[in-house]
Amino acid sequence: MMTVITVVILFFIIVYVFKNGLGQLSIEFLTEKTRDMGKEGGILPSILGTLFVTVVAIIIATPFGVGSAVYLVEYTRGGLMRRIISFGADCLAGVPSIIFGLFGFIFFVITLGLGWSVLSGGLTLAVMIIPTIIRTTEEAIKSVPRSYREISYSLGGGKLDTILKVVLPTALPGILTGVILGIGRAVGETAAVIFTAGSSLGIPTSVFSSTRTLAVHFYILAREGISMPKAYGTATVLIVIILAVNFVAYRLMHRFIARYY
Amino acid sequence: MKDTIAEKVLLLIALSAILSLLLITFFIFQQGVPLLFKIGFGNFFSTHWSPTKDHFGILSMIIGSLMVTVGALIVGIPFGLACAIFLAEFSSPVVQKTLKPIIELLAGIPSVVYGFIGIVILVPFIRQTFGGPGFSVLAASIILGIMILPTIVSISYDSFVAVPNTYREGSFAVGATKWQTVVMLLLPAARSGIVAGIILGMGRAIGETMAVIMIAGNALKIPGSIFDSVRTLTSTIALELGYAAGDHRAALFACGAVLFIIIIALNIVAIRITGRE
Repeated sequence: MMTVITVVILFFIIVYVFKNGLGQLSIEFLTEKTRDMGKEGGILPSILGTLFVTVVAIIIATPFGVGSAVYLVEYTRGGLMRRIISFGADCLAGVPSIIFGLFGFIFFVITLGLGWSVLSGGLTLAVMIIPTIIRTTEEAIKSVPRSYREISYSLGGGKLDTILKVVLPTALPGILTGVILGIGRAVGETAAVIFTAGSSLGIPTSVFSSTRTLAVHFYILAREGISMPKAYGTATVLIVIILAVNFVAYRLMHRFIARYY
Repeated sequence: MKDTIAEKVLLLIALSAILSLLLITFFIFQQGVPLLFKIGFGNFFSTHWSPTKDHFGILSMIIGSLMVTVGALIVGIPFGLACAIFLAEFSSPVVQKTLKPIIELLAGIPSVVYGFIGIVILVPFIRQTFGGPGFSVLAASIILGIMILPTIVSISYDSFVAVPNTYREGSFAVGATKWQTVVMLLLPAARSGIVAGIILGMGRAIGETMAVIMIAGNALKIPGSIFDSVRTLTSTIALELGYAAGDHRAALFACGAVLFIIIIALNIVAIRITGRE
């Protein structure tokens, strides 16, 4: 019964937003500049802003996340180092996004002098999604059968060769799942980017331009009551992206699991 | 040779998570703590917050954060446990396979969308049914309760599944019904996983920002009832960081430091509980 209620709540949220938002969607809404603070025009700057910030975050977080996971699985055998690294990842995963916002603001924006920019926002999000990528990659690498590694060693492959040519390619779908889940978190994030990427409505021209992501734009539209129809439209775009990202991650993971279990 | 270099490089990369955590800790505390000594603990832990007059009391926000968190747990725990028990014990594999990803999807919905749903549906509903502003402890508790469901469900589900089947068979063999088995055997056996899930959910609720700002009303006083407006630590930071400077900004970092200590403490407890199994 209660499970049914939970599922109904989920569907209700999505259907309610779609019902009010789908009518707002049009080619113009997706491809025009935002006018009059969001009352008029489209959401192109925010779509591009989200894209750029997320790309920066993924480019930085992926090598760190995957590298950490490789080290955890292939180079530590229990022990203190493993505990320290795992503890760091677990704690970082639990840190609320507003703390990342505070940190990104004082570190990237002010101390490093990057200002409110795509780069500051992307770096802050990168720190935030590293744990997601570590955990998923760790599971993926663990599930690569031991025999694969043994065969590689028996053919004279070194440890690094084995990791690069056997383990990582085999674990690739699992790793991609982690990266895609990271994308999902980055796209939906508000508190961590509003104080690092800013809320400028211009189309970003370089990594140093300030920008406003979809989630931030939606927050400002809804909270300041600028335009409810535009808010529903933006929310619909946001949810469609998140659903698509999660769906792809889910499918990838299942194909991966089906192969090895 | 190549392998040793690779190992060293990977070690450096692997330390990135813990280094980030230390860097975050350092900057938050370095920005916030000096103010504490400047204004004194009495000022900081009072209920008087007016940054322009050098009053930085955060007590009403701490109480606000605690109230919405407790409210979220009251909403989230029964639903979360019920879902986990149903999924793990009472449903067919097909149902499990469809429902689990759907519930996990709840976790992927951005918090601003939850806040928006709160504004357009829940707040007007509370205003019409119970009177008052609608933006309230109750609204924030319900929305936060829904937001922490996936955390509670997936961690408790895993610990129910981890209980060996022989336990269940033993219980059925002595004539216990399914329900008796769940209540008397599985709940105690899965206890530590359930507690860890609840603690992590608590961390999410206390740290949530955007959804709370949108629906809690953010009035600066200790709420007298669940229908009153409330302001949390997180909403104060997010509402004021945009324009704060000097001591005011430092005070927001001090709020962040308090929040950070609470979250890390909760995380450590949760990690210890799950690690012991």
